[in-house]
Amino acid sequence: MNGIKFTSAPAAPGEIAGEFTGRSLWQDAWRRLLANRAAVAGMIILAGIALASVIGPFLLPWSYDSIDWEHIEALPPQFSTGHYLGTDSLGRDLLARTLFGGRISLMVGLLATTVALLIGVTVGAVAGFVGGRTDQLLMRFVDLMYSVPLTFFVIILMVVFGRNFALMFLAIGAVEWLTMARIVRGQTLTLRNKEFIEAARASGGSTANIIARHILPNVLGVVMIYVTLTIPQVILLESFLSFLGLGIQEPMTSWGMLINDGAAELEINPRTLIIPATFMTTTLFCLNFLGDGLRDALDPKDR
Amino acid sequence: MTLPLLQVRDLKVHFQVRAGGIFFANYLPLKAVDGLSFDLAAGETLGIVGESGCGKSTLGRAILQLLPATSGSVAWLGKDLTALDRAELKAHRRHMQIVFQDPLASLDPRMTAGDIIAEPLRNYETGLSSAAIKARVREMMEQVGLLPSMVNRYPHEFSGGQCQRIGIARAMILKPKLVVCDEPVSALDVSIRAQVINLLMDFQRALNISMLFISHDLSVVRHISRRVMVLYLGKVMELADRDAIYGAPRHPYTQALISAVPIPDPEKERAKPRVLVAGDLPSPLDPPSGCVFRTRCPKATNICALTVPVLESAGVGHEVACHHWRD
Ligand code: SF4
Repeated sequence: MNGIKFTSAPAAPGEIAGEFTGRSLWQDAWRRLLANRAAVAGMIILAGIALASVIGPFLLPWSYDSIDWEHIEALPPQFSTGHYLGTDSLGRDLLARTLFGGRISLMVGLLATTVALLIGVTVGAVAGFVGGRTDQLLMRFVDLMYSVPLTFFVIILMVVFGRNFALMFLAIGAVEWLTMARIVRGQTLTLRNKEFIEAARASGGSTANIIARHILPNVLGVVMIYVTLTIPQVILLESFLSFLGLGIQEPMTSWGMLINDGAAELEINPRTLIIPATFMTTTLFCLNFLGDGLRDALDPKDR
Repeated sequence: MTLPLLQVRDLKVHFQVRAGGIFFANYLPLKAVDGLSFDLAAGETLGIVGESGCGKSTLGRAILQLLPATSGSVAWLGKDLTALDRAELKAHRRHMQIVFQDPLASLDPRMTAGDIIAEPLRNYETGLSSAAIKARVREMMEQVGLLPSMVNRYPHEFSGGQCQRIGIARAMILKPKLVVCDEPVSALDVSIRAQVINLLMDFQRALNISMLFISHDLSVVRHISRRVMVLYLGKVMELADRDAIYGAPRHPYTQALISAVPIPDPEKERAKPRVLVAGDLPSPLDPPSGCVFRTRCPKATNICALTVPVLESAGVGHEVACHHWRD
């Protein structure tokens, strides 16, 4: 505006203003997350577990499915044979199995939750924001899906598409997004009538624009909490499906399955339960800390 | 004669309000804005006054097409906005902006001040580089009296007055031709009201903006407006130049409003004649027959209940809707 200066604007000493680099919510959130010790510790431990699960099995002397015929009885931890955490009752290396199981569990947790997150948040935000008939249609569909039992749904998928590892991710994700959609819709409904949404409309924002720029960042806190609750749920759901023979099959394994097996021989051989359970609970703990940290980091009011 | 910037003709905004009905919803029309017509010239400020619930805010939003009009037209330089499709409306919107009543609620709590001010630019001038956007935001912040170093702060870190300055910067960054100010100062401390009002007037002069200034505060409206429209239950009671409204109000409702404005001199304040308005605002769901003001009007007679008074001319640019304005 050709540098007009208004008298009514208190003389802004623009010169002393040193910093004028715009920061986004994301940069701010990242900074705040790094300041949160529990969240950072959680992140580091999680990264360690993930890394160990991915590359660990390559480094160990035993693979997850090879049987050490000389130690067919459950072996206590020993270094001489290379079974650093012992073997299970079939003589398979426990550490190798736990790390390999971690791969599967983390992958299921991550992929299924991502699927749930993407579909759930999109559907919820659109239903809540657009409202009217779109809302009715989408939400009745969610209700419908709710009424289909998970196992039934998975069996149908298996029958139609054949046995497929990836199908399980899809099935779990397809069920988990329902709750997410409801939560996000509820949050969006309360946001929709806020004045800043009206302001965004007056500033020329399109519907998609407003959802992306204003609705999503404002529902993210709640979504984050729900995600940290969903990941463990998904990991457990996988072991349930596998137990029914609908998920992954022996000798492949996951934390859920290992814990299942371990629980069966708890009295004779508690090690087989304790080791995978430790990995899993550590992971879940870290996820919770991380989720809490993320929620706080994304809320500018929380300092 | 040049075309006025904005021509509002017989604008009606009715809402369907659910009233009772256990199995079958029983809807009643709420006539928030009921047949308003007025013109707004470029660079002019029209003050819109009335009690809360008289449809002031609805009117502002209907003009900006934030609420759909039930009938009537809002013409922008002769082009009817209510008939535009989405893309055309978006193109027209860049010329009209709004400043809200609640400064904090009108700012996204998860956006920094800089992002909020830049938002209209990002919507309309998509070709701008981020450096150019930054420069414009900085310029705006200086103009509204915010330190550029506050660019990364979030709305809750600002005071009410500062939030309103952010809101004004957002509204002005596209250099609009029309700004609707919806009670922009009524949520602010008295001490900062004058600053914000003067800031708005500075912008108006510099950019030759037309303003619709909605308020229930008559002294503020007097300060900023050239013409004033008095609303009651969604209808125009009186529309005239500022001096005519404040000096020689014709409508009983306007007279009552004006006499209720305190004069900062106790002697005169005590001596001045008062016209009291009895009772409460009637329910807009069930407005009185004939003249909507008759239930509270000191001059009401039989004819007021029977026929609706039409706007009559009571002088140059002075219109009154009352059967007895001559008395
Ligand atoms: S028309 Fe009658 S009731 Fe209405 S303002 Fe005039 S005198 Fe009062």
